[in-house]
Amino acid sequence: MLTINNLKAAINGKVILKGISLEVKAGEIHALMGPNGSGKSTLAAILAGREFAEVLEGTVTYMGKNLLEMPAEERSREGIFLGFQYPIEIPGVSMVNFMKSAVNEHRKYKGLEPLSASDFLKLMREKKELVEIDSKLANRSVNEGFSGGEKKKNEIFQMAMLEPKLAILDETDSGLDIDALRIVANGVNKLRRPDTSAIVITHYQRLLDYIIPDVVHVLYDGRIVKTAGRELAIELEEKGYDWIKRDAEKNNSDE
Amino acid sequence: MEKEQNRILNDVTSGEYKYGFYSDIETEKIPKGLSEDVIRLISAKKEEPEWLLEFRLKAFRYWQTMKMPLWANLKIPEIDYQDIIYYAAPKPKKITGNIEEIDPDLKKTFDKLGIPLDEQQHLAGIAVDAIMDSVSVKTTFRETLAESGIIFCSFSDAVKEYPDLVRRYMGSVVPYTDNFFAALNSAVFSDGSFCYIPKGVRCPMELSTYFRINAANTGQFERTLLIADEESYVSYLEGCTAPMRDENQLHAAIVEIIAENHAEVKYSTVQNWYPGDKEGKGGIFNFVTKRGLCRGENSKISWTQVETGSAITWKYPSCILQGDNSTGEFYSVAVTNNHQQADTGTKMVHIGKNTKSTIVSKGISAGFSQNSYRGLVKVLKKASGARNFSQCDSLLLGDKCGAHTFPYLEVDNHTAIVEHEATTSKIGEDQIFYCNQRGISTEDAIGLIVNGYAKEVINKLPMEFAVEAQKLLQISLEGSVG
Repeated sequence: MLTINNLKAAINGKVILKGISLEVKAGEIHALMGPNGSGKSTLAAILAGREFAEVLEGTVTYMGKNLLEMPAEERSREGIFLGFQYPIEIPGVSMVNFMKSAVNEHRKYKGLEPLSASDFLKLMREKKELVEIDSKLANRSVNEGFSGGEKKKNEIFQMAMLEPKLAILDETDSGLDIDALRIVANGVNKLRRPDTSAIVITHYQRLLDYIIPDVVHVLYDGRIVKTAGRELAIELEEKGYDWIKRDAEKNNSDE
Repeated sequence: MEKEQNRILNDVTSGEYKYGFYSDIETEKIPKGLSEDVIRLISAKKEEPEWLLEFRLKAFRYWQTMKMPLWANLKIPEIDYQDIIYYAAPKPKKITGNIEEIDPDLKKTFDKLGIPLDEQQHLAGIAVDAIMDSVSVKTTFRETLAESGIIFCSFSDAVKEYPDLVRRYMGSVVPYTDNFFAALNSAVFSDGSFCYIPKGVRCPMELSTYFRINAANTGQFERTLLIADEESYVSYLEGCTAPMRDENQLHAAIVEIIAENHAEVKYSTVQNWYPGDKEGKGGIFNFVTKRGLCRGENSKISWTQVETGSAITWKYPSCILQGDNSTGEFYSVAVTNNHQQADTGTKMVHIGKNTKSTIVSKGISAGFSQNSYRGLVKVLKKASGARNFSQCDSLLLGDKCGAHTFPYLEVDNHTAIVEHEATTSKIGEDQIFYCNQRGISTEDAIGLIVNGYAKEVINKLPMEFAVEAQKLLQISLEGSVG
């Protein structure tokens, strides 16, 4: 589904990603872990099409297409969803309006007619239940005045509405209490299908108790320094990142 | 990113002006220029009574002593008032028997503008006075409205049929001495709408005037006079468009509203005059004096305006709150793009006791445009318990445009409470990216965000116009940000 090959990228001249290679197959969940500043969010943003980073080298292929050539809105319509670490507030724009625009753009891209108002509201209702979200939310402005937990639930709600093929969740667990975490994780699990994949970026193993990853990667200083099964996450939880850093630096100096 | 931003900024206004066509209609025009003779000619063409001619001539003589105001934050090129045609009227075709029948070409023009003049295909519950250049070509539903005692007709008809009402109220809110453009209008005005809602009547439909400039080299000078007698209610709408032309055209109108005891008037404008091309060539100069007098106790006048057009806008719809407990409101969205300039706002003059006013102004600037809010809140000595709330927000798209706020406060009564809030914001790149990431294109994202920003004002418009206004905002700003 997604193949990243030797991706190097810089922000304001500073190299952040120093050669990332990663393959995500249909149906897989990959966890991306690593200390602060290792490049996780930059990678997520580049995959979603935010143009703040300059890609220096490497390729990204998504469903056989050159992802880096696609504008952000097209990536979304092709099935890539980014759950934002810090969801953006848009004052005055109701969630209903926002989602209606988004859903109908996706439908148009697929050659489908826009949803009727009643069908759309029905869909909203269904998906709201899925993520146990307050039904008043629909009439509020996008993320405006939402609590941290509501914002994150709202991201999962939008994901449910858009049914992406590849979901990239950027620290969706940060700032959540245990109940909200469970709801968010349940939402993700319920949306899981054999033909969809996810990249879950997190600092903590606890999210991975709920969302069981197939593969765990550790990103450090712009490189994936370790890839293993789920047990890696547990090991990291116990031992922290220091040993990873030491290994990585040792490897670096060996080079 | 920078590059992308520049690209989109340079793309400014791929949005076409939809109403820029010209209708080839035989038009009777008088020669260019302005003099007492021209005024006598206009008056004669309209078969006006002597008192009206006298009014015009007084106004003209006064105007000659005045200078164009320069205090606005506008760069106005010099206007040669001798180079303008002051009267242009579509020629009536040979009457085919039915006097009410209008020229099919005129009808076609208004059909194209989405304003059907056939009552059979009328817009849901809206009566229209259609004005092309200097004359009213048709007023729909006159008879239906007359059944409830409502007078709704062209100004010229009102002068003939209701001279006492016109004489009593005309110039009572905006005297010809008021300002340069008001004096000019009072001298040369050619037509407009007249409306009288009798005591205790709630007008059963929306009334509207649609202004169309068609002929080249002409100015449009119309006046609207709207009288709401005791305990009456009316909602009034105004729309306007003009062909795309390289030269500027002058539109200098007067609107006067009088609200008696317990009367309420809601006046909504969707202003879409041709704004000029993206280099700033052409477009309408819109210099308008609009003022409402809340003469009666508990009366209310509410102005809502969505301003997207005109090369230059100079306009301050105001309320004189004379009656005790009267209320004035001003809700405005002013959009400027490319090289448009707007200096617009309101005046709220509190005279009566416990008078209230609300001002909500939302400026949106894009391209190389300059957008100023200018507002005066004046509380006179006797206006105890007066209250005002003002909120002036500016939204900037891009970094080559400007937003300015000039609030003036003059408070002479210590019991008055006056509040002013102001914000300036830019559409965030992160907001646009958030929309993009959900599949919404940048253009649509801007439309969504701008409409969200302006919602508070748009919601004040009657339904059908709110939808129009939303589309208009989006078109006016197409391609204006990165």
